[in-house]
Amino acid sequence: MNSHEYQAKAILDKFGVPTPNAEVASTAAEAKEIALRIGGRVVVKAQVHAGGRGKVGGVKLVDTPEQAEEVAASLLGTRLVTNQTGATGVPVEKVMIAETLDIKDELYISIVIDGDIGAPLVMASTEGGMDIEEVAESTPEKIFRVAGDPLIGLTTYHARDIALALGVPTKSVRATTKLITDLYNVFVENDCSLVEINPLVITEDDQVFALDAKINIEDDALFRHPDLAVLRDPNQQDPLEQRADKAELAYVKLEGGRVGCMVNGAGLAMATMDITKAAGADPANFLDIGGSADQDRIEEAFKIIIADDDVEMILVNLFAGIARSDIVAQGIVAAAKETNASVPMVVAMRGTNAEEGIKILADSGLNITGAPDLAGAAEVLKAKLLELGESN
Amino acid sequence: MAILVGENTRLLVQGLGRDGSFQANRTREYGTNMVAAVHPGRDGQKFEDEVPYFSTVAKAVEETGANTGVIFVPAPFAMDAIIEQVDAGIELVVCITEGVPVLDMVKVMAYIKDKPIRLIGSNCPGVLSPASKAKVGIVPANIVQPGNVGVVSRSGTLTYEAIAQLVQHGMGQSTCVGIGGDPVHGTTFTDVLELFQADDETEAIVLIGEIGGIREQLAADYIKEHVNKPVVAAIAGSSAPAGKRMGHAGAIITGKAALASEKNKALESAGVHVVESPALIGAKMKEVLG
Repeated sequence: MNSHEYQAKAILDKFGVPTPNAEVASTAAEAKEIALRIGGRVVVKAQVHAGGRGKVGGVKLVDTPEQAEEVAASLLGTRLVTNQTGATGVPVEKVMIAETLDIKDELYISIVIDGDIGAPLVMASTEGGMDIEEVAESTPEKIFRVAGDPLIGLTTYHARDIALALGVPTKSVRATTKLITDLYNVFVENDCSLVEINPLVITEDDQVFALDAKINIEDDALFRHPDLAVLRDPNQQDPLEQRADKAELAYVKLEGGRVGCMVNGAGLAMATMDITKAAGADPANFLDIGGSADQDRIEEAFKIIIADDDVEMILVNLFAGIARSDIVAQGIVAAAKETNASVPMVVAMRGTNAEEGIKILADSGLNITGAPDLAGAAEVLKAKLLELGESN
Repeated sequence: MAILVGENTRLLVQGLGRDGSFQANRTREYGTNMVAAVHPGRDGQKFEDEVPYFSTVAKAVEETGANTGVIFVPAPFAMDAIIEQVDAGIELVVCITEGVPVLDMVKVMAYIKDKPIRLIGSNCPGVLSPASKAKVGIVPANIVQPGNVGVVSRSGTLTYEAIAQLVQHGMGQSTCVGIGGDPVHGTTFTDVLELFQADDETEAIVLIGEIGGIREQLAADYIKEHVNKPVVAAIAGSSAPAGKRMGHAGAIITGKAALASEKNKALESAGVHVVESPALIGAKMKEVLG
């Protein structure tokens, strides 16, 4: 689960991580009041779940409360399109007004789980403000990595090592060490999947601040953090992904694809996307209906797929273990009839009650072509795409 | 001789709710020796009138000699169940439960590090050996066939897909192992490759990987040095975009090494027969084994 910058700041505040003085506003009038309260030059930052907002006008420096009001008015109620959002962008419903600092140096620090080590990994770099993927690619030696101990945590000496590797001024080493230790505690105590401070800044008077913060919470751990679960902002999600979340379906919308995919199991769902691409069309989505989906959930899954305007064809690939093919078939038929969907479908069904499922589909009168297996589905799909006249 | 499970498997099932009970029944129908059921509050009762229930794993092990455990408890309790089985002396712990918090698995891995036990999962389909009728997990027994191909995979349904393709081309399996789709998991590709290499019954190996992490690259390194049996591999997720989690918590592209293309390259350089589509696993294995 992603959180907003202002929410991340509140978490950091609670753990004693220094952040600039800032408040969040939902209206331009509030933004003006906050700017007045903070005083002097402030920065107005659109609160959206997407990086790259600075490059598209989502972050602006202003000198007066009136200007803050003006900028807030121009951002609030709009949708921000960045290189990390889809074409429709994400809504700006809040802005954060923050004090500006006299910055001497910009650094980078993040914490993620490293699955291969099996521990939280702290990554730090002197290249603050940059895209860390780029730094990792071009100058990997500039990234300093230290893993925490699963049972002990991050020791102070490790945190100090990181502070020293970042080359912070001698006067700032102690504060930086504490900040890194506190960040690590934020990560483990909140079951984060990501804590990223970019940039971490050293001011002209050698103070240390987390200037921008991104905190993601692991969905699987939200059950033990009811206080964090309420931070979810569904409006930042793709509307179809939001619907899928509600139905407890693992669905990811893929930009520009035209073949909707309905599959059970994450691995098979990816493989189905892969064969779709190989057959000459981009998949419109990843969808894992899971092992124990009932008919209602199958119906909703089908409706979500066809609600995507880009979808011209549907590929159903089911290898039922716990799932039952007949129930999946009933769900598809019910949803297709209810929505009057005429979209052609290619269906491969195997495993539990596959024969019953195939019969239900065959008797439904829907536009369905059967396929024996994954390889067969690829071939049938290719032929159908040619029929549509748009394949290569 | 199979790997991990076999005729000596004495199975304990922990968590007999709807799914756990369903799977325990399938396991027993198949012929696996289930000796104990562990579920709170059912001490003294019997599962299906035959298998004794216990409230604790320790008691179950003491009274039945269970040596293999499979876990179906809900995710919030999975860490506790794994540790309880480890402490009770279970040698092979298979955690089917999906959605276990990553930091719980981090703690589990640290806890079991120097203990003489093996963990598979979490979030995995488990292990099945057709020749010895040993099913520890949820791999459907009706699709497998005894034979000499070892299957190891990060994905459940894609494991079934590979098994079905092998059977279609007339090849059975020695043992099928699903290691799970979570970023932090117990037994790795490398561990299973080591077992398959040493297993007389296994003549060739199918390895099914996914985008995310570097475990396939580590497997490639191991194969290069230690495996002389033919390996056919497929990596799912070549069409997935960066930064979006494809269902499995581990299946997300975060950096170059996580790409399917990079994994394919590493495996190819280790002499593995890499197929461009998971649909071609069976055909390729047939070709390799002649």
